[in-house]
Amino acid sequence: MPPTDPTPQVAGGGPSGDDPLVPGALPAEDVAAGWTEAAGAGGSARTAPPSEAPGARAVRTYEEPAPRTGAALGAAAGRREGREKVSGAARYAGEHHLSGRVYGWPVPAGIARGRVTGVDTSAALALPGVLAVLTPGDAPRLAEPDDATLALLQNPRVPHRGWCVALAVAETPESARDAARAVRVTYAREPHDAGLRPDHPDAYEPEEANGGQPGRLELGDPAAAFAAAPVRVDTAYRVPPLHNHPMEPHTTTADWDGDRLTVYTSSQGGTTVRSVLAGLFRLPEEQITVIAEHVGGGFGSKGTPRPDVVLAAMAARRTGRPVTVAFPRRHLPTTVGHRAPTLHRLRLGATPDGRLIALLHEVTTHTSRVKEFVEQAAVPSRVMYAAPHLLSTHTVVPLDVPTPSWMRAPGEAPGMYALESAMDELAGALGLDPVELRIRNEPERDPGTGSPFSSRHLVECLREGARRFGWDRRDPRPGTRADGPLLLGTGVAAATYPVMVSPSTATATALPDGTFVVRVNASDIGTGARTVLAQVAADALHVPLDRVRTEVGRTDLPPAPLAGGSSGTASWGWAVHEACTDLAARLAALTGPLPTEGIETRADTTGRADADTPYARHAFGAHFAEVAVDTVTGETRVRRLLGVYAAGRILNARTARSQFVGGMTMGLGMALTEGSTLDRPFGDFTEADLASYHVPAHADVPDIEADWIEEDDPHLNPMGSKGIGEIGIVGTAAAIGNAVHHATGIRFRDLPLTPDRILGALLREG
Amino acid sequence: MKAFGYVRPRTVEEAAEAYAAHPGARYLAGGTNLVDLMKLGVESPAVLVDIGRLPLDTVEERPDGSLRVGATVRNSDLAAHPLVRDRYPVLSQALLAGASGQLRNAATTGGNLLQRTRCPYFQDLDKPCNKRVPGSGCAALAGVHRDHAVFGHSDRCIATHPSDMAVALAALDARVELYGTEGTRSIPVADFHRLPGEHPERDTEIRPGELITGVLLPAARAGVPSAYRKARDRASYAFALASVAVVLRVADGVVDQVGLAFGGLAHRPWRAHHAETALLGAAATPPAFEGAIDLELERAEPLRDNAFKVPLAHNLALDTLTRLAPAPSPV
Repeated sequence: MPPTDPTPQVAGGGPSGDDPLVPGALPAEDVAAGWTEAAGAGGSARTAPPSEAPGARAVRTYEEPAPRTGAALGAAAGRREGREKVSGAARYAGEHHLSGRVYGWPVPAGIARGRVTGVDTSAALALPGVLAVLTPGDAPRLAEPDDATLALLQNPRVPHRGWCVALAVAETPESARDAARAVRVTYAREPHDAGLRPDHPDAYEPEEANGGQPGRLELGDPAAAFAAAPVRVDTAYRVPPLHNHPMEPHTTTADWDGDRLTVYTSSQGGTTVRSVLAGLFRLPEEQITVIAEHVGGGFGSKGTPRPDVVLAAMAARRTGRPVTVAFPRRHLPTTVGHRAPTLHRLRLGATPDGRLIALLHEVTTHTSRVKEFVEQAAVPSRVMYAAPHLLSTHTVVPLDVPTPSWMRAPGEAPGMYALESAMDELAGALGLDPVELRIRNEPERDPGTGSPFSSRHLVECLREGARRFGWDRRDPRPGTRADGPLLLGTGVAAATYPVMVSPSTATATALPDGTFVVRVNASDIGTGARTVLAQVAADALHVPLDRVRTEVGRTDLPPAPLAGGSSGTASWGWAVHEACTDLAARLAALTGPLPTEGIETRADTTGRADADTPYARHAFGAHFAEVAVDTVTGETRVRRLLGVYAAGRILNARTARSQFVGGMTMGLGMALTEGSTLDRPFGDFTEADLASYHVPAHADVPDIEADWIEEDDPHLNPMGSKGIGEIGIVGTAAAIGNAVHHATGIRFRDLPLTPDRILGALLREG
Repeated sequence: MKAFGYVRPRTVEEAAEAYAAHPGARYLAGGTNLVDLMKLGVESPAVLVDIGRLPLDTVEERPDGSLRVGATVRNSDLAAHPLVRDRYPVLSQALLAGASGQLRNAATTGGNLLQRTRCPYFQDLDKPCNKRVPGSGCAALAGVHRDHAVFGHSDRCIATHPSDMAVALAALDARVELYGTEGTRSIPVADFHRLPGEHPERDTEIRPGELITGVLLPAARAGVPSAYRKARDRASYAFALASVAVVLRVADGVVDQVGLAFGGLAHRPWRAHHAETALLGAAATPPAFEGAIDLELERAEPLRDNAFKVPLAHNLALDTLTRLAPAPSPV
């Protein structure tokens, strides 16, 4: 990485006086917080991690904002619960030691399709410490859920291997596990089918793909336009099943007090958990409290209630004891959702000067027999490029497999891998620089809807990224750079993620001691939601950040939507901003002291947050990667990874960077190491633990640089922010795959790029 | 996990007695594999005989220049031991290529040798596995087996042994020292692990009740240039797709001592006897290396989905031999 000069338009930049950490027309004296050069990193908690390559910039140290007002948003405020987490004081869902608490252990189905004909619990119940075994025959009856994956132990059907067919409850986790193993389940087996292929006889085009997107979009005459295009790329890509595997497995502790239910659960959205439980157990929502104060990651797999919360509540009902159900790691792949495998066919037709005429993206994926979930992987092709003839379709095959669900950037992550790899192929076919190809196809309006973009700075991300990466020195010829036995290459890919926002409520309270409390049932899944919401509040109240306390993660707080779709901060922050703005006005009008209980305001953004917008709203970004491919072993390692994003206003420079880098790391795993094998004879996944499902280890992760373009978009929300939790994974795998092509001259179209695939191809084609 | 008894003997003799006195006993040292298997239900010992505090945790140089490594020496300590680093770099490198830092801090020399395969079907009680339940079948044969054996497998079992350390020990002509009711014996590491044949449930030649007390590294291999190289899916904490341990001494441009063993290819460290025979006395040149390697690898019997292991092993061996061989002196 060559040294680069910090430039004013790039946030998180150098120490110059116009460092735009605090954008907008703030008085000069308010720009007191920010990064300053430091001779060494130091050991202070306020020390920011060095974010650039050695030599790129000096280490910078963050100074906590001085007690001034209006300077909180954008600052790199430290995570509020950091000390609690690193000291172990933070309580996760399984760590609420309620009196009399016992443990549930699920029994997964040992067949891929059929029904349970008998559950012999006698051996399990005879073991010491075993309280009960819930079976499909005797478990509490639930109302029919909207999400059929939650109809647990309600009937004898086995829709896939790993489906829960019994739950053992015992005094300790060990005795519960032992009891679960002693349960004897007999089945009537039926032939199963777990093989995904595009020509499967059961394949169909769904009305909708995930996210409410139409399954098919067709503009112009794409097939004819492609056939007539002077330059054509017709290619196919495959993304395997992938698993979310958050550090904290899905866990719930449930406790009944008469007809009142309290659950401590690991969820991205407690408000939804409560409404789902109310439906299943036929209770008024007021009788249910859902607490999710700390959540050890989710990546989409905790976006809606999962079996743990239903099983724990049933078992607690049955035994009259508080029950914890913590899914063992090995159960997660079949139980909590996965990213469905996607087969992509991409056809790109272009003029000789690189203008797209036709873009056809056809995706085939699977779903389970339990419910239809369609990974919307062809949807990003509706947003990216100015192609007058556009086809984007989904085909889904229901199989006897575990139910797929959301995983970080569902749709965009696999879809942009395929599209951005195909764009690289087109650049090669045209003899055009891949950055330039993308710039030439920048659309004026959203291709899929015809709407104007609220803001779109993809070109700026590409140009800034290219400048920082040293792209102009790149020799475009593939397979020509060697460092001993290593082949070196660089690649680029674009990124996009839609702006989503949902109505939320929040309250803000001014207390007589001069402090403020913001309450909203937001979920802090490790993103720093507590922290950024305090920043939103502090600026709306015109008070220093340290005067604001945030309460999140409980359903006795004002209802709020989930942390998902990169929408949490926008949704919650909007309500917090409104409540605090209102409170500031009330305080300004106040004469005399505050009442002892303080003054509280409440906001509900319904009608505004969900109002129709005439704009297409998306975040964009550009990823650049350098790889080294070992010709001896086929091992590929990433040497450099750079992401530059345009995602509205960045509300917290530190936690935002953490989100971007985390997403890019996950994209690196998607490219090189993470692969799950659907074992067709058995109908489940072969890689069931973290020793075999290879998330990147530290040694795989190079110097990752993430930065952003300042983007002022008035059509979003009062903070001007777009979501940032998912875009980091989008396009990263394509940038790495394109770099591997540049290194080797071989195009790989099957992820992950493990040594067996690389070495085999090097020997065949090298 | 089923309830189990626990005893902690103070001497090797007490350990063997405790083991003999408790049917269904297992020796426990670092526990990095055994405890996992107990959680999975693959192992359910009646009694754990904890040998973790036996006086077997030292590395001793003996008068003849050989090295005796106690069975409970931790993998990280062995890798860092100055004598090992100086005289047997292949062993140090192999240890550091294995597992993760945390696991190496707990795992022991004896336990490393006795770890079980990571074949996914072996670890899943709901699926057939002849190693876990003799006669139940081998699901890997028709199933997912990219990581499985290309040498010495049978229609009963195609699993590989996961150890890196054992591959280096095989190339070094190390011996395993065993203590049992019939006394002490030692056998070459290369012969310690069995091929699966008709009885994949038996991983090694260890006799019931025998305890590994140490590993003997011969003086003859000390100081000879050696290296370990491993290919894997990620840069750390992944088992070998294939690996190679090489010990190579060249005199006057001719190989006069060689040890060559592959990991990740078989149910045991695969000592490349055919290649070694061809290399001894041959010119230390890449063409000669390649010919010898091919003599070994042409005997491989890859499965449907793991043919890549053969050229991978070829490349690893050729690259490592070539790097260890002294550059030809200018004439």
